[in-house]
Amino acid sequence: MAAAGRIYLGLVLVFLYAPILVMAAMSFNDSQLYALPVKWSLRWYADLAGNQRLIDAGINSIVIAMITTVIAGTLGTAAALAFFRYEFRGKRLLQILLFPPIAIPWLITGTAMLLFFFWTGIGRGLHAMVLGHVALALPYVIIVVAARLKAFDPDLEAAARSLGASPWQVVRYVTLPFLAPGVVAAALFAFAVSFDQFVISYFLAVPGVSTLPVEIYTSIRKGFTPEINAISTIVIVSSMALLIGVTRFYRFGGDR
Amino acid sequence: MAVSTTASGGAGRANSPTRAVVLLTGPAYVWLTIAVLLPLLAMFYFSFLTEAPIAGRVGELTLEQYREFLEHGFYTTLILRSLKLGATVAFFCFLLGFPCAYVLAKTIKGRWREALFLLVIIPFWSNALVRVFSWTMVLRGNGLLERSIDFVIPGAGSLGLMFTYPAVVIGLVHSYLPYMILTCYISLQAIDDDLIEAARSLGAKRLTILRRLILPLAMPGIVAGAVLIFVPVIGSFMEPRILGGRHGTFIGTIIEDQFTAVFNWPLGAALSFILLACVLVIFALFAPVLKRAA
Repeated sequence: MAAAGRIYLGLVLVFLYAPILVMAAMSFNDSQLYALPVKWSLRWYADLAGNQRLIDAGINSIVIAMITTVIAGTLGTAAALAFFRYEFRGKRLLQILLFPPIAIPWLITGTAMLLFFFWTGIGRGLHAMVLGHVALALPYVIIVVAARLKAFDPDLEAAARSLGASPWQVVRYVTLPFLAPGVVAAALFAFAVSFDQFVISYFLAVPGVSTLPVEIYTSIRKGFTPEINAISTIVIVSSMALLIGVTRFYRFGGDR
Repeated sequence: MAVSTTASGGAGRANSPTRAVVLLTGPAYVWLTIAVLLPLLAMFYFSFLTEAPIAGRVGELTLEQYREFLEHGFYTTLILRSLKLGATVAFFCFLLGFPCAYVLAKTIKGRWREALFLLVIIPFWSNALVRVFSWTMVLRGNGLLERSIDFVIPGAGSLGLMFTYPAVVIGLVHSYLPYMILTCYISLQAIDDDLIEAARSLGAKRLTILRRLILPLAMPGIVAGAVLIFVPVIGSFMEPRILGGRHGTFIGTIIEDQFTAVFNWPLGAALSFILLACVLVIFALFAPVLKRAA
């Protein structure tokens, strides 16, 4: 029985990873028609180096993700601290307001952003994508930091105060050092959320200014080429590496 | 700013709590308001206009967009099609994911469990677009799947799975399966092993234990997983476009069209809003179970 369960789990893992591995293998296949057996080659990766559109999109993706990380990380950590330290009227409402960016399908959020930004003159482009990505990443940052804060003993702060520390010193030398792993996890997570975000970026992109997922989508719709396999392989490998980084500091799904 | 009267400020805090709360939460919530809440309100407003009030045009208030929706059976059909897709994907995720969560939670222990759990969860948070795209490499005509089948049964012919409804379902199940495994795992883990042992020692059969004990106790996790899968699936458009081709028309792709191809923003807004209403009804219906699962 236990063996059967393990085999089943193995099959599910095959289902989850096989398509990605096939795609990766094809990105190293010299044949444009994906002929088998695979004749190994790096030609599609070499082609990428000459594809200025994809390179520009890649730079945009990284820049947007870095800005998102800094802003969402800072604002989210501050909000999580407030939720942890203070009881106040409207707290419940503020916590409920974290759900729309996570729970509403991104298609709805994305189209709403498009028409609102267009209407108010904020416009589309990189700044609009940062606006959107930060909003999406904020709830995740707050949740991850709050999870870390749950393990924090407020008596530590009280002890520091009674020893004469100013409120700023308490935060600087007691709270933040304890929080650091949570903040790092949240920041990596925010980076991943932004780097992998497609829907919001798709609606806020303007021709010539887009991100990697948007460029990949546009290329797929024009017709598959092995070059898309190559860039997609790079994207998914970096994305998974980032998430493994997150798991060093944060446990998905609670206790194990 | 008013001085706070809440008692929870505690002794020894130099600043008034209200001021600190506003300073700490203010920036995050101003951001969320500008980037999410106001846009949703604006979309609601646009859905009552004759045309989008941009580039100098003036939209007048009307119910025409909603009438358009009600008068054309086309849109209702598409919404139903999307709801059916959501239910199908959630069902298959349960079918595949529940046993997997059970194995993880009850039969595998220690470091192995940790590692396997991560292997299951990591793809979910990684790039969704690329994962859907990777299926085209497997499903396309003369792709890996057809060749493997042809290898086992020579001359089996082509499956023709690419650009069909099943292809969309496969891609979406692949995208959201880890979600179901995660929520089921959490609720399965909370079940005391002694309880199962007790039932067994009292002579309950395996199937009886599953039906009378495990499934009911895991129900909050199953429902939470189903809802959290159903909702994004009914709003999906990229997956049907890539894997469904001509057969990939759903309410999501029609909404996308209104914004990126047809440029009928008020109709797009109305359709988005109707979809949002469906989402809210689902959340409201399942709120008690979701709360228990959280």
